[in-house]
Amino acid sequence: MFQVRIHGRGGQGVVTAAEMLSVAAFEEGRHAQAFPSFGSERTGAPVVAFCRIADKEIRLREPIMEPDALIIQDPTLLHQVDVFAGLKKGGYILINTNKTFEQLGLGEFVRDWPPERLCTVSATELSIKHVGRPVPNVPLLGGFAAVSGVIQLASVVTAIRDKFSGKVADGNIAAATEAYNIVRAEMAEAIMGGAHHA
Amino acid sequence: MLKQCEGSHAVAEAVALCRPEVICAYPISPQTHIVEGIGEMVKSGELKNCEFINVESEFAAMSVAIGASAGGARAYTATASQGLLFMAEAVYNASGLGLPIVMTVANRAIGAPINIWNDHSDSLSQRDCGWIQLFAETNQEALDLHIQAFKLAEELSLPIMVCMDGFILTHAYERVDMPTQAQVDAFLPPYEPRQVLDPADPVSIGAMVGPEAFMEVRYLAHAKQMQALERIPQLAEEFKAVFGRDSGGLTHTYCADGVDGNDGAETIVIAMGSVLGTIKDTVDEMRKPENGGHKIGVLGITSFRPFPLEAVRVALANCKRFVVLEKSLAVGIGGIVATNVRMAVTGMGLKGYTVVAGLGGRAITMKSLTGLFDKAGRDELEPLTFLDLDWNVVNNQLEREKLVRRSGPAAEAMLRDIGAVAARNY
Repeated sequence: MFQVRIHGRGGQGVVTAAEMLSVAAFEEGRHAQAFPSFGSERTGAPVVAFCRIADKEIRLREPIMEPDALIIQDPTLLHQVDVFAGLKKGGYILINTNKTFEQLGLGEFVRDWPPERLCTVSATELSIKHVGRPVPNVPLLGGFAAVSGVIQLASVVTAIRDKFSGKVADGNIAAATEAYNIVRAEMAEAIMGGAHHA
Repeated sequence: MLKQCEGSHAVAEAVALCRPEVICAYPISPQTHIVEGIGEMVKSGELKNCEFINVESEFAAMSVAIGASAGGARAYTATASQGLLFMAEAVYNASGLGLPIVMTVANRAIGAPINIWNDHSDSLSQRDCGWIQLFAETNQEALDLHIQAFKLAEELSLPIMVCMDGFILTHAYERVDMPTQAQVDAFLPPYEPRQVLDPADPVSIGAMVGPEAFMEVRYLAHAKQMQALERIPQLAEEFKAVFGRDSGGLTHTYCADGVDGNDGAETIVIAMGSVLGTIKDTVDEMRKPENGGHKIGVLGITSFRPFPLEAVRVALANCKRFVVLEKSLAVGIGGIVATNVRMAVTGMGLKGYTVVAGLGGRAITMKSLTGLFDKAGRDELEPLTFLDLDWNVVNNQLEREKLVRRSGPAAEAMLRDIGAVAARNY
């Protein structure tokens, strides 16, 4: 079972991201379970959502306390909420930022991490560019498909078509695809031996 | 057809497939998405011959459902928490009058302190109101139970609450197999009311009944629930014949009875609702030889009212002890479900433990369950346990109240003690 925790703020589509991730996994014939942290969420307040992906029925209902991967939609949460709580050593981290892990003050924390599992993408900028609104959740799913390899970009595209239509769908697909390519390039660079992030 | 969707959405679609004629809606979390979903289907014309009525309160919602049902319509509503309490008087009337309303209760705690998260306090507070109460383990079962509920309710002229864990199920996206209209039509016949308010053929419904017949009328309610005890397993079979899957019934067992290569269970954990999934995963782990090979099994109670005394007795016939893990608290005595289970096993000589867990959305984790069941297996558990209770917080408050008369509001002081800035459940 692969477990993902998504951190963001109310209004950034945190819960929708988890739901769409589950739809993408479902499209690949897998079992998936997405759920929010059920707070009385307000715009701007820290929000958490969860997604489990597995090859058999998922019965577990506890919150995800030891995620395999983290998607951080808002880097200002890094020093406000313990977003890394329980993250498996060497787990995947995708952050919506144009800074490096070093610049975010995370260099020490991820010192021994496989560098290709530490990725960043300016998802907010991508969503403004392609959708016209600062909603980073969908491009981050494209980036997540790249860094984790758990789902295909094509499935993310299907999930986008399932959720949106017309121009909004097209814009989100363009943003997710660009995020996917950016993250792929970052990973290639990391594997080539660049200690780019750490 | 398999689809990945929110639990509330799955229930909305299932209810629509049952061809309801009147839906009364008043919003309260976490049931709101269900009636919103049905409302959209009525508005779009996808659900025909259905009147969607926005009412001004839960009391009105149940009152309108009563009127609609007495008028011969298939009526549905949904509620949760304080909403269920607010309609309580009408809830008793619906069952007392024998009106087969189906209502989803998206289970949520009852305040004060105000809390929007899941537990079973709301439904269980109405356990003696005369409604049948069915508890869903998954979104698939929630969907299926609604289809069964309309059939059972109308056969017996009794209202039914389909209880599903608020947020944990209602807001979870997971895979469900959505039946076709043809399947539901094959299973669920049109509503043929036993009594109907019809100006062309006038009757009285709701007459005053004095001491001369009140007990007999009340006994009839009990007799009907005993009929339900017979019908519920049959309906699960009929359902399986049409839809091809096991759903509903009185109880479910897991690793409890020595079949499927299991060697039976010395300890049986009893619970209701979605926590059964986490319990099953825990049991799978604990049964592994490398984890001690614990002889432990599970009994899920689907029908809480009527309570399946006999089925519980049979399921516990070969175990040594049982642990009732419930998301409810009978303040001043302990467990609600546990009290019912203990009645079922009277005279069987079993050790029994009550565990109150998950109140107000407190996460019930495999880690905590493993420790709990391990202790139970060694008979080291207290008769009544509050799972993951923070005793420091409780003792601080008790100490404060001992020291000063005006210790102030308790809940707020306890929040200050733990330094909470926002609600969290992980």
